[in-house]
Amino acid sequence: MSLFSNTAVLLSKELRTEFRSRELLTTTVVFILVVLILFSFAISPTTEESREFGPGLLWLAILFAASLMLQPCFLREQNNDTLSSLRLAVSDPFSIFLAKLIANTLFLLLTELIMLPFFAIFYNVPVLPEFHWLLLVLSLGSLGISIAGTALSAISAQARMRELLLPLLLLPLLTPVLVVSATVTVSLFERVPIVKGKGIAFLGVFDVVFLTALWLFGEYLLEE
Amino acid sequence: MTKRIIFGGVAILLVIAAAYAAFFIAPEERTMGLIQRIFYFHAATAWAGEMTFFVCFVANLLYVWKRQPKYDWLSVSSAEVGLACITVVLITGPIWAHPVWGIWWTWDARLTSTFVLWLLYVSYLLLRTLVEEPDRRAMLSALFGIFAFLDVPLVFFSIRWWRTQHPQPVIMGGSGSGSGLDPTMSKVFFFSVLAMHMLAAFLIVERYILEKMKSELDFLAREVETQ
Repeated sequence: MSLFSNTAVLLSKELRTEFRSRELLTTTVVFILVVLILFSFAISPTTEESREFGPGLLWLAILFAASLMLQPCFLREQNNDTLSSLRLAVSDPFSIFLAKLIANTLFLLLTELIMLPFFAIFYNVPVLPEFHWLLLVLSLGSLGISIAGTALSAISAQARMRELLLPLLLLPLLTPVLVVSATVTVSLFERVPIVKGKGIAFLGVFDVVFLTALWLFGEYLLEE
Repeated sequence: MTKRIIFGGVAILLVIAAAYAAFFIAPEERTMGLIQRIFYFHAATAWAGEMTFFVCFVANLLYVWKRQPKYDWLSVSSAEVGLACITVVLITGPIWAHPVWGIWWTWDARLTSTFVLWLLYVSYLLLRTLVEEPDRRAMLSALFGIFAFLDVPLVFFSIRWWRTQHPQPVIMGGSGSGSGLDPTMSKVFFFSVLAMHMLAAFLIVERYILEKMKSELDFLAREVETQ
């Protein structure tokens, strides 16, 4: 299976590049922290309100952070002129996307896990009782963000005004992820069991739809 | 040329006839009164806009598959016309909603997903202005168009299932709209739908011809430069 072995090699390359400097992770964690604190200044919620709105704000912060974090994903390759050699090296260009999106999902998930204690303290939410469900929602949501974001960062890297363009393309596209993840997260904290299953299934559908689209059309994104 | 004039003339006459029918032939709605007549315009334009985006999606797929510039011209033309239609829908909607619901806007599933649809195609057109090289622009925007179109049903259902806390407002149109309508009303409505589709088709054809001339002009300009 050359797709999987290629992906594994590329993934280890992505992870090594990041963990050598840890620039992306550090900046993203600080960014989410700043946004969460600013949100609570902007609306100064009561304990009740912060439980109700907190998850939505958390997901919004994650979305903003992701739209910044995904910028260098293809830009770095382009600046270093490594994209064409990458494409020559692998038999299926989908493995480039697969490696990048898995790496991005892991980075996002890691920042979320680092952020979670701060979020729990600042917004007074009990994250531990339903932690396994929360982890599932975070994973599926981050996977969705990374799939769409990796594809679009390949688009925006080839355009002018790319720093502004990526959030502009990405954020409307991620409306379903924001709506569903935020609602499911609220329902986890308020112990409403009904929303959970359906919401998680929906996030799964989102991921599958965009992963399939990326698999079908990915190679065209990388042409020169 | 004459064909285009006849096509345009027919489309415009149909729209005028639809407006006449909406104001003078359709019976007045019992509770909403006069303002309900905007519905023939509003919903018909929405249908035409959605159809136009579907054309754009098909053109995007065809471009990726065949790589002929004509599909790119078709997709940009239909995206622009569709965006114009949806803009009309987003303006006429609140005009109707304010007297009937008492508010201009509510974050209901259909309104919100129409708005997200509008945003997605604004981004689509913005993306086109930011890529210089014509082939790259065509390919990248076609791919974004495909992603955007796939996203639309997901947006709609996510909002419908999780965000509509308000009691469902009475919105006519959509699937099975004929069922509750007075027969004359439904005839007038489908006539308006036809008129708006004709108008949209006419605008797409004109915009397509313009885009084609533009790309030929670009090509000639480059030829001159190289010589």
